[in-house]
Amino acid sequence: MSQVAEQSTLASAFEALKALPEFRAAGLGPAREAAFRRFLAAGFPTTRQEEWRHTNIHPIAATEFKLPSAFEINRTAAEPFLFADDLPHRVVLVNGRWSPSLSSLAALPAGVTVRSLRDAVDAAQPKTAPEWLLTASAGMPLVDLTTAFVDDGVVIDIAAKAVISDPIHVVCLNTQAPVPMLVTPRVQIRAGEQAQAFIVESYGGLAGEPTLTNTLTIVDVAAGAMIDHVKLQREAPTAFHLAAMFVRVGRAATFRSHAITLGGRIARNDISAVLAGEGAECTLDGLYVADGDALVDTHTTIDHAMPHCPSHEVYKGILAGRARAVFNGKIIVRQDAQKTNAKQTNKALLLSDDAQINTKPQLEIFADDVKCTHGAAIGQLDEDAMFYMQARGIDYADARNLLIHAFAGEVLDGVREQVVREQAMRLLEEKLSLWKV
Amino acid sequence: MLLSIRDLHVKAEGKDILKGLSLDVDAGQVHAIMGPNGSGKSTLARALSGHPAYEVTSGAITYDGQDLLAMAPEERAQAGVFMAFQYPVEIAGINNAYFLKAALNAVRKNRGLQELDAVEFMQLIREKAKLLEMNQEMLHRSVNEGFSGGEKKRNEIFQMAVLEPRLAILDETDSGLDIDALRIVSHGVNAQRDAHRAIIVVTHYQRLLEYIVPDFVHVLSAGRIVRSGGKELALELEAKGYGWIESGAPGTPALQPADAAGSRK
Repeated sequence: MSQVAEQSTLASAFEALKALPEFRAAGLGPAREAAFRRFLAAGFPTTRQEEWRHTNIHPIAATEFKLPSAFEINRTAAEPFLFADDLPHRVVLVNGRWSPSLSSLAALPAGVTVRSLRDAVDAAQPKTAPEWLLTASAGMPLVDLTTAFVDDGVVIDIAAKAVISDPIHVVCLNTQAPVPMLVTPRVQIRAGEQAQAFIVESYGGLAGEPTLTNTLTIVDVAAGAMIDHVKLQREAPTAFHLAAMFVRVGRAATFRSHAITLGGRIARNDISAVLAGEGAECTLDGLYVADGDALVDTHTTIDHAMPHCPSHEVYKGILAGRARAVFNGKIIVRQDAQKTNAKQTNKALLLSDDAQINTKPQLEIFADDVKCTHGAAIGQLDEDAMFYMQARGIDYADARNLLIHAFAGEVLDGVREQVVREQAMRLLEEKLSLWKV
Repeated sequence: MLLSIRDLHVKAEGKDILKGLSLDVDAGQVHAIMGPNGSGKSTLARALSGHPAYEVTSGAITYDGQDLLAMAPEERAQAGVFMAFQYPVEIAGINNAYFLKAALNAVRKNRGLQELDAVEFMQLIREKAKLLEMNQEMLHRSVNEGFSGGEKKRNEIFQMAVLEPRLAILDETDSGLDIDALRIVSHGVNAQRDAHRAIIVVTHYQRLLEYIVPDFVHVLSAGRIVRSGGKELALELEAKGYGWIESGAPGTPALQPADAAGSRK
């Protein structure tokens, strides 16, 4: 299988896009062309590259993906993904494109605007693509890929000092595809100074031909602002999910992220947060659950660029079957970032002999007055705890589930929205019920 | 007979620990198992509870007419066998009360009783907690996590009080207890003595038996019961030391495997 052959499969999709009027909308044409050229030059990452050493995405590179042709899904099929009763403010993207009929923004409070990317781009100066749409994606061909193909997305602006207590739910839903489909949603969140908001980003899809969701989330948290972000990825077991999130946290601002990965055959999250102002704080927590032949990869980077910034990171994995996981947690402490306090933990529970994880902390410290700790723990279910529970009458399966709940709870308890927490637990339980351990 | 152990041989970590132990325990009785370190006291307790690290190589255990050795640990517990652990396990992230509710409901289900609802359960555990002088805060912490040694042992006897077993085995429950904790734990155990329940107290020291007065005392040495007697045997041991037994003390012989064979059906 040659690289050229693989890329030509996407090249035909790109040619198809070029023929559409939206290709050149808002003067984005040249930016798309440039991004796609960079992608072609680099190609899909391979295991020869350090950042992809344990993550073989050949099944993605070898698939011929088409552009989505439909952007509708019926309400009944969408319902389980919406949490409509609990999360009233909602944007739904179907196959990457804004669905006015499924979205619900009428009750949005003052101080927050939520627009489709298409509207936001139209409103910007035509002919000049906004800088944030091009992104700082050096060396990330998958970000170039999503930039080349981006069709639509969500732009959320929270005005300075606005406090939005209800979560805003962004739902990216993929339909059942007749042929492999490339979906490129984009989420842009900007919080003005001292603004506060809670964003839930969820990804779901119906099983069918494999869909590649190649998504990009950009978060800008201005001085003193607080953004709480939850990502719930529950795509179909056949899905491919390649996601990047870039976060910039300003002076005395706070960013909290909980990334919950429950779906997909291959799922990769690249999360990168820059603590760009003094006293900026970030939490990157996550839970990944995989079984079968699934591969889940989390790469995080926390860049301590300024002094007095704390960062906290707890990732937990639960793996069964022949599932594989990769965790790579990079923490950069720049020369100026004195009094940094960074703490990172990755724990994984391997429930079968064939499950596997590669975990690596990666600390790059250039300042001298800092506190950085990291730890990784990989293990099976605690046998002593299992026996203790059985000796009290709790049968093996229940004891196992209690332990797994407790393990996942350390991350899920930090998710502030109950309906999301419960949904994640429920999906975990569904998987558990299928596992013979 | 509630519990009959016949010619029990148990292996742990590749070593033969119990080498032909026989014992009969009836409802309403309290039996103390004493013996020096390494004599097999805790092995007996763990084998009764079904611990997977303890392999029964031969012998038989009948509990309430059932073949105990054929039962999984949880089945034994559901049928009313309770072991208070020598080293209670800490379980992060599982609330003590929640854990106990799961255990109680498993046991109740086996007895054909309905599950308790949240209100009934809280009433029950509040009442039992008083017996062991446990505070509310301890009930809502993770199981044994951050508990002192004494708190862990109190928690074991508290669980026993809630689960109401028919056979309780206390594996060195007195170890690591100061005198106040010993008094609380013993009071908790004594409050649960009744005509329907048997208790096996495994201990190294006579001290505990001043508080929990046994009906029978058995002395274990090298994996067998070498002496059996009444509560006065514990005092004699205390006075003369285990060396007295190990050097082949005269006196009442214990039930021997040969006798046991004769009583088998």
